[in-house]
Amino acid sequence: MSAATALRVEDASARPRDAGLAITLRGLSKSFEGGAPVIRGLDLHVPAGQFVAVVGRSGCGKSTLLRLILGLEEPSAGRVTVNGGAGAGKGAGSSKKIMFQEPRLLPWARVADNVAVGLGREIGRAERRIRALAVLDEVGLAEKAGNWPATLSGGQRQRVALARALVSRPALLALDEPLGALDALTRIEMQAMIERIWEDQGFTAILVTHDVSEAVAMADRILVVEEGAIALDVAVDVPRPRRRGDPALAELEGRILDRLLGRSA
Amino acid sequence: MADSAAIRSLPGRANRAEAAAPLPRKPLHVPLRLPLRLPIGRLLPWLLPSLVIVGWQAAASFGLVSTRFMPAPLDVAAAGWRLAQTGELWENLWVSFARAASGFLIGGGIGLFFGLANGLSNLSEKLTDTTLQMVRNVPHLSLIPLVILWFGIDEGAKLFLVALGVFFPIYANTLHGIRSVDPQLIEMGRVYGMNRRELFWRVVLPGALPSIFVGIRYALGIMWLTLIVAETISANSGLGYMAMQAREFMLVDVVVLAILIYAALGKLADSLTRALERTCLAWNPAYRNT
Repeated sequence: MSAATALRVEDASARPRDAGLAITLRGLSKSFEGGAPVIRGLDLHVPAGQFVAVVGRSGCGKSTLLRLILGLEEPSAGRVTVNGGAGAGKGAGSSKKIMFQEPRLLPWARVADNVAVGLGREIGRAERRIRALAVLDEVGLAEKAGNWPATLSGGQRQRVALARALVSRPALLALDEPLGALDALTRIEMQAMIERIWEDQGFTAILVTHDVSEAVAMADRILVVEEGAIALDVAVDVPRPRRRGDPALAELEGRILDRLLGRSA
Repeated sequence: MADSAAIRSLPGRANRAEAAAPLPRKPLHVPLRLPLRLPIGRLLPWLLPSLVIVGWQAAASFGLVSTRFMPAPLDVAAAGWRLAQTGELWENLWVSFARAASGFLIGGGIGLFFGLANGLSNLSEKLTDTTLQMVRNVPHLSLIPLVILWFGIDEGAKLFLVALGVFFPIYANTLHGIRSVDPQLIEMGRVYGMNRRELFWRVVLPGALPSIFVGIRYALGIMWLTLIVAETISANSGLGYMAMQAREFMLVDVVVLAILIYAALGKLADSLTRALERTCLAWNPAYRNT
């Protein structure tokens, strides 16, 4: 641990990719209250700083997988290991953050205060405010800092939720279908914004989605989950920035969709 | 941002509606105060009460109603002035106000306590909720004979009745408010590392507040009602007592004065709660412009 911290001091700014957490799952299983297992003996390694998309049909266990990785659920069997790359883990508590499908902002707190929820208790008031405003600026909402959430549009609220997740500079960002409720254009803007911030900050990102084109556009690697196990694990080798409608992406999207639809037909 | 700018450059819906003015005048849900200048909008609610008073005065002056049973507004005002001069009015007003406020604080405090406790703890709810719901079905004013036996016509009797009446609306609405806090927000708070105390102060209590305010407004109504009844039946001071004394001597103007003062106090309490709601619930679009 101390060696890792020492290393970080030297190259923290030079190699942002090291700011992520690596995830290793070994024989992971999860079942709820005697029901059929939702996750069945899953093995996975995600290197630090990778952008992984998890796709699958509703009820395939992808959200449970995400909650297991975050430690929100206890595995029934197997092990989840989440450990720091060289630059990870400033304050273990704040290093994993999740963004939900809904913004889940506190309606009675102003935008800046909602963002500050993402910071720990130990940070002082003035410092919280400065950091909240900085990250709001990054998602393009600096001028809304003093607004109530009720006055924002759906896309803006989800950007505030993104700012709240990012304000503590997490080493792992879990995205649980965060763009599902947005209109198509806002969604594309948000995808670009998340991708840009991920490239800047170098955290590990796990995106759960059922939109295959979103997965293909954003991720380094796509996992297709079927019946609680990984059915397909493909790397997306298309260089960034990616252009929508790129034939390589379209071909990959087609392959994954075939897999998802073919199984059930 | 870019798209909102584009939308703004389109011809606005409002403009088009004005251009097509001869057709339907205005959608029903547009608040009336928009087309009115602000002072008129402010005064409009008082138009009807003023007309009633003017009509009443006219009816009394022209002898359409007997002033033996229904005094003219000016006579009521004169009675108010007379009692204010002797200090009798202020004394009774103060006594009634003190009873109402202390009964409200005691009953409301206990209601808030049990509402919070039962909303937050399953054990506490299992232990007390059924009992409280049973007591709730007893009309509290039916206890007056018993209360007089217990407390005489002392202060205790009035406090007890007001506190009892105020307790239930605050208890029930606090409990309901806490129960209906969005569980997704609570999960968010947990995931983002809030401890139990933070979760209560930052998520649960603010979420329950609109419902608690509903309880407070109900409770204020019950508070005045209970106090009036209690003071008319058993008291030797206070507004209700003043009205009963006046009836003995056929001072109808004082009786009407007491009734009007009760109405004014009720309105005052309601306005204070509304002002409090506006500051505490400014985040909620439903309360911003009421």
